Amino acid sequence: MKGKAWWMFIMSFGVWLLLYGGLLYFWFDIPLWQAVTDSAVHVILLGAASMIISQNVAYYRPTVESMKFGYVNVVSFSLSVLWVCLSRWILKSVFVSDTVYLHWLNNAIPIHGLVGWMIITGIGLRSQMWYDAEDVQEMLQRKEANEKIVREAELFKLRQQLQPHFLFNSLNSINALIMLRPKEAREMVLKLSDFLRGSIKREDEEWITLEEELNYLQLYLDIEKVRFGHRLSTEVVSDENTEKMRMPPMLLQPVVENAIKYGLYDTTGEITISIRSWIADNMLYISIQNPFDNELQQPNKGTGFGLNSIRRRLYLLFARQDLLETTAVEHIFTTIIKVPQTHDKSSNN
Amino acid sequence: MIKAVIIDDEPLAREVVKEYLLNFPQIQVVQECNDGFEGLKAIQQQQPDIIFLDIQMPKITGFEMLELVENMPAVIFTTAFEEHAIRAFEVHAVDYLLKPFSSERFDKAVQKWLDQYQVTPASTAALLETAAANPVQSNRVVIKINGKIKIIPVQDIHYIEAADDYVKIFTQEGSFLKNKTMSFFEKMLDPQQFTRVHRSYILNVNQVTRIDPYEKENHLAILRSGAKVLVSKTGYPRLKSALGL
Repeated sequence: MKGKAWWMFIMSFGVWLLLYGGLLYFWFDIPLWQAVTDSAVHVILLGAASMIISQNVAYYRPTVESMKFGYVNVVSFSLSVLWVCLSRWILKSVFVSDTVYLHWLNNAIPIHGLVGWMIITGIGLRSQMWYDAEDVQEMLQRKEANEKIVREAELFKLRQQLQPHFLFNSLNSINALIMLRPKEAREMVLKLSDFLRGSIKREDEEWITLEEELNYLQLYLDIEKVRFGHRLSTEVVSDENTEKMRMPPMLLQPVVENAIKYGLYDTTGEITISIRSWIADNMLYISIQNPFDNELQQPNKGTGFGLNSIRRRLYLLFARQDLLETTAVEHIFTTIIKVPQTHDKSSNN
Repeated sequence: MIKAVIIDDEPLAREVVKEYLLNFPQIQVVQECNDGFEGLKAIQQQQPDIIFLDIQMPKITGFEMLELVENMPAVIFTTAFEEHAIRAFEVHAVDYLLKPFSSERFDKAVQKWLDQYQVTPASTAALLETAAANPVQSNRVVIKINGKIKIIPVQDIHYIEAADDYVKIFTQEGSFLKNKTMSFFEKMLDPQQFTRVHRSYILNVNQVTRIDPYEKENHLAILRSGAKVLVSKTGYPRLKSALGL
């Protein structure tokens, strides 16, 4: 039991002590010192019995639902019998010669027993409920913590899948540029560094603005343009008011990476990747378009791995399945990501 | 003079190879190609002695391109993908260079080939013949018709029939020849989906609508397209288990 519960417990029994003593003194006309002793013995022992049953269910509760009730009843009944016997024995030893009082005490046994049993049972059952509820809450907290860890691990893994080939191919381009055009090589090294630094920093950040994400993406696109030369061009158009909108980091990059992959590897010509953003229904919409070859893509696996991971991430973040849409019309593949803005931006969910 | 072709979709990656090749004045780069289509054409026209080949390229991969090549040159793979190395050596590539690679590493690969090449020229072609027997599972098949490359997703294949040194691949659009063996396809295709039902037939089990008894111990599988495929005594239980019967 915690501090507050302790106080409640002690105060309740203090009040009962006074009430019961008062009852004996004013109603049954028992002398004051006798009323006080009787009340003190009964109430303190009752308090002790209640403590015992409460502590007992704190450490042991039958797991089977039907057994719970029976267990508390058995324990509380035994405690009531014990309580009646013990208080009677103590009071009898104190007032050994007072036959009137002892007679009264004997007559009161059924009443004492009944009231005591009700109180002890009540406290026992209440404690049981309380500890059960505490268990459930603890379990929920554990579950939540566990889910959070799983979620974070999964996000981390999804982010990790992006890097190595891009990195090695970029380094290979730099290797070529060092000989051919050293200035461009330096530029590429700087861009690659900024990009990598950004991706490391982002691991901790929860939400960023679209503007930040687009600036970061631009680095990525610039690097890819150096790699693929004139084959790749890009077009980024964002509505003015979208720039300060917030979104989870590292959401767009895999989609753009996917767009470049399908654009560049499904066709042999020059391609343009278009990125647009706008606001509708209090949601930030971002569309990414790339050309693709519908002969090469089997319709049932049109979304590919990259997009499945994005869908999964959006689901983990927002618990919604409808935030990623893809359409393939003619030779243009469009991916639309929706980021709800009502979401609490500082929270980590 | 030794002729070389560089096939890589990244212009700068080709530049690296060209630059490193300056150390070998006897080797001349006769053509640079952006993808496997150009590469295939260049190999046919130029008959290079050696090619420097990337794997991840537009439309078809370096491996798929090699499947279509007739007069096989020596191959040195240049790629950022470490995971294809084993397969590269299965097709008896001279070497497998992981991007970015140093000039020393490149020289070693080329020198190794030059040493072999001078002893037994064109031996690589023979090696590559045996190599084709070890395909990896893939979800598409590349074929060449009238000098054009066609890519067939495996689920579009109804069945495959043996035809001498070739196989005939039957699809909705008709049949296509490919210069490969039945066992090549048996290994390449997903066994969940394709079953060898007869010495001469591999069947897409998703295409089967009915199985009828036929002659003594044989059966006939009737496909959705209406085609009938002979199922042998040993093929029948295999087909039944693939269909989950």
